[in-house]
Amino acid sequence: MYDIIIVGAGPAGLTAAIYARRASKKVLVLEAKNYGGQIINTLDIENYPVEAHISGFEFATKLYEQAKNLGAEIVFEKVTEIRDNAGAKEIVTPKNTYKAKALILATGSENRKLGLPKEDELIGKGISYCATCDGAFFRKKNVAVVGGGNTALEDALYLSDIAEKVYLIHRRDEFRGEDSTVNQLKAKDNIEFVYNSTVSKLISEDRLNSIEVTNTSGEKRIIELDGLFVAIGRIPENQNFAKLIKLDQAGYVISGENCMTNVEGLFVAGDNRTKEVRQLVTATADGAVAATAAVKYINNIQ
Amino acid sequence: MAILEGNKNNFEELVLNNNGKVLVDFNAEWCGPCKMLKPMLDEVAADRDDVSIVSVNIDDEDELSAKYGISSIPCLVLFENGAESKRSVGLIPRDEIENLIGGK
Ligand SMILES: Cc1cc2nc3c(=O)[nH]c(=O)nc-3n(C[C@H](O)[C@H](O)[C@H](O)COP(=O)(O)OP(=O)(O)OC[C@H]3O[C@@H](n4cnc5c(N)ncnc54)[C@H](O)[C@@H]3O)c2cc1C
Repeated sequence: MYDIIIVGAGPAGLTAAIYARRASKKVLVLEAKNYGGQIINTLDIENYPVEAHISGFEFATKLYEQAKNLGAEIVFEKVTEIRDNAGAKEIVTPKNTYKAKALILATGSENRKLGLPKEDELIGKGISYCATCDGAFFRKKNVAVVGGGNTALEDALYLSDIAEKVYLIHRRDEFRGEDSTVNQLKAKDNIEFVYNSTVSKLISEDRLNSIEVTNTSGEKRIIELDGLFVAIGRIPENQNFAKLIKLDQAGYVISGENCMTNVEGLFVAGDNRTKEVRQLVTATADGAVAATAAVKYINNIQ
Repeated sequence: MAILEGNKNNFEELVLNNNGKVLVDFNAEWCGPCKMLKPMLDEVAADRDDVSIVSVNIDDEDELSAKYGISSIPCLVLFENGAESKRSVGLIPRDEIENLIGGK
């Protein structure tokens, strides 16, 4: 039996582990993929207090080592179910069932996919969710960016310096992103705006070679390209836990700044909960709040 | 076995003329997930003598990465008897690397 099990080794989960270990609790962190969460692809973080510049990899590795050196156990298994058994928490992975007195969910969010056939098999063969990671492979090629928020705009701007031509496909005729970025984009001569349109088909042989877009009047157009960058936001992956905890319509765990959920002894930290600002500094803050609340909960039930 | 640095001059000798299994790791200095994959590849290299691992820096070796159609890294490509047999894109855990390489 662990005191505290934390699901997710991103910034929120690892910070919770640090706080829980410093309170001398027995801590297990379960992680489905890699430590560090979504930040590991980011080349340069410029808004985390104290460090003016740090790469996502370095941020993640330092945090991981800090948690590990304090004695947190970190195991790479995906949590598929959580149960509340008369207060004791059971955490199920394909390999094991773990038990803990308190549980912190810090599962973050995932790239939202287009939801089109063949999308998964074309990842790395023309489809990407990260322009700064994969943009370099599209030098002097034709690419498209799908989306209308800041990420999509910044991706288009970044790619316009590398690629021959960039199509920016957006389902509306105005952007949600910042005006200054929109103006920078409009000043570029290799960006074509494809408004009021969505991607309706991915066309490939062994790799992506074109897409079909459909506009709001139902007209279809084929765009030949080498790369498609999907930047239509992120979604929380809380479905596995929906039986036990309350989620909002978008799938976020309903919680306030105290990181509590509708279940006693079950806390939530980071991007996967309802909140306004989803950033490293708010994720790590949640980690501290959730761990402190979990420690208090355990000390009270004993 | 140590991980060898692959380039366009030695790729034929290290990979294509090898009758066994060779796992080629396409990576770059700026790629965070590649750096996270590296220690796991080091472990596999130390543990297994039935596979050679070759690291290719895509910034230095754009010819090789274009030839193998790399468009996202990290990308692991398994060669058996000099021919590509499997590939995996993105950071994967140690046991999936083992699965990709297959049994001893
Ligand atoms: C491209 C990009 C750039 C960014 N740049 C910045 C920036 O410059 N500054 C900034 O402050 N923020 C930035 N952010 C936001 C920041 O990365 C997030 O706010 C932060 O990572 C959230 O941390 P988290 O721990 O809540 O979630 P995540 O980082 O998403 O970590 C969650 C972890 O939980 C794991 N997990 C999920 N489900 C399960 C399961 N069922 N079982 C086990 N493990 C599971 C995931 O694999 C993941 O490792 C950026 C985000 C992106 C995508």
